[in-house]
Amino acid sequence: MLLIQCPCCGVEAEETEFAPGGEAHITRPGPDCSDTDWATYLFERKNPRAVHYERWRHAFGCGKWFHMARHTHTLEIFGVYAADDLSPPQAILDYIAERTAP
Amino acid sequence: MTRLKTGGALIERGTPLRFRFDGTEYRGVKGDTLASALLANSVKLVNRSYKYHRPRGVVTSGPEEPNALVNLGSGNRHEPNIRMTQIELFDGLEATSQNRFPSLRTDVGVLNAAASRLYPAGFYYKTFIHPRVAWKHVFEPMIRRIAGLGRAPTEADPDTYEHQYAFCDTLIAGGGPAGLLAARRAGEAGERVMLVEQTERLGGRLLVDDDAEIDGKPARDWLAEQIAALEAMENVTIRLRTCCSAAFDHGYTLLYERRADHTVPTGPRHRLWRVRTKQIIGATGMIERPIPFYGNDVPGVMLASAVRDYVKLWGVAPGAKTVLYTTNDDGYRTALALHEAGCTVAAILDSRSDPAGILVERAINAGLTVMPSTGIGKVTGGKDGVTAIQTVPLGGEGNEAGFGAKITCDCVAMAGGWSPVVHLYSHSGGKVIWDKDRAMYRPDSANPPRNSIGEPYARMVGGATGALTTADVLASAAQGSAVPTVHSATEQPASPVWFTPSHGKAAMGGKHFLDYQNDVTVADIRLAAREGFESVEHAKRYTTLGMATDQGKLSNINGHAILADTLGKAMADVGTTTFRPPYTPISMGSIAGQEKGTLFKPVRQTPLHDWHAAQGAEFEPVGDWRRPYRYQKGSEKREASIYREIKRVRNSVGLLDASTLGKIIVRGPDAGKFLDLMYTNMMSSLKPGRCRYGLMCNDNGFLMDDGVIARIDDQTFLCHTTSGGSDRVHAWFEEWLQTEWFDMKVYTANVTEQWSQFAVAGPNARKLIEKLDGTIDLSADGLPFMGFADGHLAGCPVRVFRISFSGELSFEIATPASFAMSLWEKLMAAGADLDVGPYGTEALHVLRAEKGFIVVGDETDGTVTPHDVGMSWAVSKKKEDFIGKRAMERPDLTRKGRKQLVGLLTEEASFVLPDGAHALSEDGKRAIGHVTSTYFSPTLKRSIAMALIEGGMDRMGEALEIGIDRKTTARAVIASPVFYDKEGARQNV
Amino acid sequence: MSDLDLMLARPALDVASGPDLGADIAAMPLRGMVTLRGDLGDSGFAAMLKAATGCDIPDTRSSIRAGDNHVLWMSPDELMVFCPWSEASALVAGFMEQAGDAHVLALDVSDARAVFRVSGEKAWRVLAKGAPVDLAPERFAVGEVRRTRIATVAAGIVKTDETTFEVFCFRSYAAYLWNWLTVGADAQSLSDL
Repeated sequence: MLLIQCPCCGVEAEETEFAPGGEAHITRPGPDCSDTDWATYLFERKNPRAVHYERWRHAFGCGKWFHMARHTHTLEIFGVYAADDLSPPQAILDYIAERTAP
Repeated sequence: MTRLKTGGALIERGTPLRFRFDGTEYRGVKGDTLASALLANSVKLVNRSYKYHRPRGVVTSGPEEPNALVNLGSGNRHEPNIRMTQIELFDGLEATSQNRFPSLRTDVGVLNAAASRLYPAGFYYKTFIHPRVAWKHVFEPMIRRIAGLGRAPTEADPDTYEHQYAFCDTLIAGGGPAGLLAARRAGEAGERVMLVEQTERLGGRLLVDDDAEIDGKPARDWLAEQIAALEAMENVTIRLRTCCSAAFDHGYTLLYERRADHTVPTGPRHRLWRVRTKQIIGATGMIERPIPFYGNDVPGVMLASAVRDYVKLWGVAPGAKTVLYTTNDDGYRTALALHEAGCTVAAILDSRSDPAGILVERAINAGLTVMPSTGIGKVTGGKDGVTAIQTVPLGGEGNEAGFGAKITCDCVAMAGGWSPVVHLYSHSGGKVIWDKDRAMYRPDSANPPRNSIGEPYARMVGGATGALTTADVLASAAQGSAVPTVHSATEQPASPVWFTPSHGKAAMGGKHFLDYQNDVTVADIRLAAREGFESVEHAKRYTTLGMATDQGKLSNINGHAILADTLGKAMADVGTTTFRPPYTPISMGSIAGQEKGTLFKPVRQTPLHDWHAAQGAEFEPVGDWRRPYRYQKGSEKREASIYREIKRVRNSVGLLDASTLGKIIVRGPDAGKFLDLMYTNMMSSLKPGRCRYGLMCNDNGFLMDDGVIARIDDQTFLCHTTSGGSDRVHAWFEEWLQTEWFDMKVYTANVTEQWSQFAVAGPNARKLIEKLDGTIDLSADGLPFMGFADGHLAGCPVRVFRISFSGELSFEIATPASFAMSLWEKLMAAGADLDVGPYGTEALHVLRAEKGFIVVGDETDGTVTPHDVGMSWAVSKKKEDFIGKRAMERPDLTRKGRKQLVGLLTEEASFVLPDGAHALSEDGKRAIGHVTSTYFSPTLKRSIAMALIEGGMDRMGEALEIGIDRKTTARAVIASPVFYDKEGARQNV
Repeated sequence: MSDLDLMLARPALDVASGPDLGADIAAMPLRGMVTLRGDLGDSGFAAMLKAATGCDIPDTRSSIRAGDNHVLWMSPDELMVFCPWSEASALVAGFMEQAGDAHVLALDVSDARAVFRVSGEKAWRVLAKGAPVDLAPERFAVGEVRRTRIATVAAGIVKTDETTFEVFCFRSYAAYLWNWLTVGADAQSLSDL
């Protein structure tokens, strides 16, 4: 069971306090988009055996959403960042590169 | 097999205890386990094996015991499959043997053994395939009766259990010498330490193998010093009878504390500790391995380490005359212990050609016979135990020469080498590697379990690393600093035996047992390999090796070695199976903890709950809520009570507790704009003081909630949700605000429980409310339909909404929850002359169905759009965007022939369709829809139903066949789902 | 209001203590509670809070007291004010008046939650039976606030003195949590914790 640090209230807590929200950084297309784009937005998700950027909510705690970079196989958590970050912060990307270098 | 005159470090000879096993009373002493006490009473036969019902005796002295499983206790405290070796004896203990009928000594299941050649590996898979129908009615019931170990209890468990969350820097599993030393080091470093030990004693093997000198002191003195030092440290917690059962990701571990198994329960029987630790140190030691030889399962054949445990810890001699079969020096300790205790050691058979070393010398000096390069070719004996063994030469060319000497004995001690207990390392992702020299799987320190930041968090110390001597054990725990100086006997390399040759019909290994509990033999593994089950994981499942309750603690390594040998592969290439938690079985009660009975699941109650109960309410669950379904009056029938409540609303006035409706405040300059996105219809145009019914979809375009939205002021909206939907909808709002439209200035708050809310419905609703002192003008003009007003009623602050879910004149009154009871009772009292009374959710549902109002979750199932249920009027065409808008334009959601909501009127007016019944196509071969709500309407005096039917809105008047059961159908005509007061005149008064 | 029979969260619940219990459990009387949402870093908001309650903005996961008021940090943009029950609506009105056009939310939620007091040397062990939180005396400070779950019920915990916690949850769960706490306070269980 994961140990997760909520960046919003600072608590380091077990996974049962949190609710997962799936893959992060999915763009919601506008109402004029194509059927294909809308289907991609609704249904297509990555399922990597690798670093995964995902959304979590501190459901039983402060109630806030945030982002997390986590390796789906080793379960290493590389960092958490704000829900309104549209892409992972460079510092986290650099750290992931360092940690996953062969 | 009696109690020895001397010895027994754990027992108090002066405190006798009485206990019963299979109805016979025996005596033991304080400190005994059930196993040691039975051995002291010369009881050898304790169980029958699972498959062949072979007689079995105690093999080990600890949690790895495969054979000696018993039913413990009786009646509501009956518990099956408990290992005797772990049961601390108490006065009055009652146990019975398992897996035998009618008794342990005359078990009819033993016929299985006679037919054992007919039960090869994979027997069940191969035999019970044909005929297919026989499986369910013949084979499965038969197998279920024969199979299984203990009997599951049939009565509710009277004991209590609990959980406890805890946190530490270092968790140490195992209170042997390595665990104690590691704990002391961590404690001295100021860490928050938890040390757990599965038995009731600290010291591990050092309590038995006490021949070493540590830091110039006898081992026992050193041990006492460590324990005293730890007990003095405030930052160190020691818990006995507590097993580290599992290690999960990121340092989450489960500790299973058998708190009151050894005594009359006072407080919880078991406690499950849920510990998050920064570091796990596994000081879990080793388990000795049996040696595969012909008849190695006859009662009296035991692990060598267990034999000396019984002698030295409990003062019990498992046999009067013992043969030791060893592959290493350590086995000689058993021979020496027996000899020193005055027991006869008939012979020491050593797999090695040239046994030497200090322990061997001591045995020879004691006059014991050592037979090099010799094994046990065959064991003679039966349910009364071992009577003799025949030796067989090992190695060289001598195998064909037949058996060697016959030696009479009543006990065989096997020293097949040691397996580190690597389970915790393995549970949490650490890898193990095969150590060829020491013939064992040991933890691979290069591949440890890792924590949330990718750092190693578990390491093993002591025997669990593969350390075989006390010196190595302590060195691994000391971590390089102040390593204790140890003087102990040096040991020579071992020579493992994976298979001892034999002769005659068992030469192929059909009676060379590997897994005692599941009766897996060497021959089974060989057969599996020949049949192509080459992967260790496949061979395991095919033969069931290691799949019993002991999870292969004794059998896995031997089994894998046989597989490797049969396949001609190296051990390391065959690999090993993965250890899964828990280490030993844990009770179901401990998993439940205190959350059983009324605490099993939280139940949400409205402020009026007790009133409802006192009025005879039958409650139904709605989410976690309990809502009155109907109110029983006198001896009236169920339907009668529901019809009474419906008629009251249609004819006079009824009160419904609608407190469970979700209520969410949405406030901010962008609140209107935000709600326009959340709901399918327009909310920003709503005027303060007015309400609007709103539909909420997800981005798939499917309905997920509905409710009435009230605009309180320019910036503030109150959104009602379905009962049980408030948390979900509140979270849904917050998700969009926090993750998508975070630039919007909107705050939300879930105020569901701040307000209690009652529906006052019926033609006399206004008359009733006006009887109370109030500040709100309730007239048709003063409070028009879909309006609301704030004020006071009978001294209570209220907000009154003029909305209707019944089609009648109706008001919903919201008041702060602490006023609820008071206001409700005042309404009831004031309405006595109007025959006011409460109505439940069933009446509510019939009332709304008569009006064709949908219930999200009844008429919808997550694949239904607003258009499907005829609510296109609530989907804005003006709004540029809202959740679900784009999806509703997808081809599948706009195509002809989608299921649409219609009414159904059965031709037989009194016949009520079953809920969920399928409507059939004309040829009767296809379901074209299903019934979503179905009731008898006392108002219309006929049955009514709503259904989702393919193209239903274009099929008005068409008659359909509705499937009732396999043989019968009922005819129903498609109609408008609004069955009553189609013009809506009744609510507009 | 004096003639009104105002309800506690659960009228049947009162105080549980005695030799069978290793910690005291009490259902607290009605209490004023106000939810405030706004920009906690904004000096204007801080000034409004000060004026309304006498309290400064509490640190993350902390609380501040002034007189009868107790302000709890709930999330990065949310506070909870505990105050006398009769003062809650005035506090809300006053706060919203001060706020003017500022984007804030103040709501009287005094009736939405139940509050229990769990006290005694082993009080933290009672809560640790169902809350995955390190509540050990040296790890959880007086005044600290933690929103978490107890069993599967969302709950807030605030430590009010060295051996006392206040636990609050939505009022519909009050009976469940009361039962849960009184079972968990079993003296025999706590005797070896």
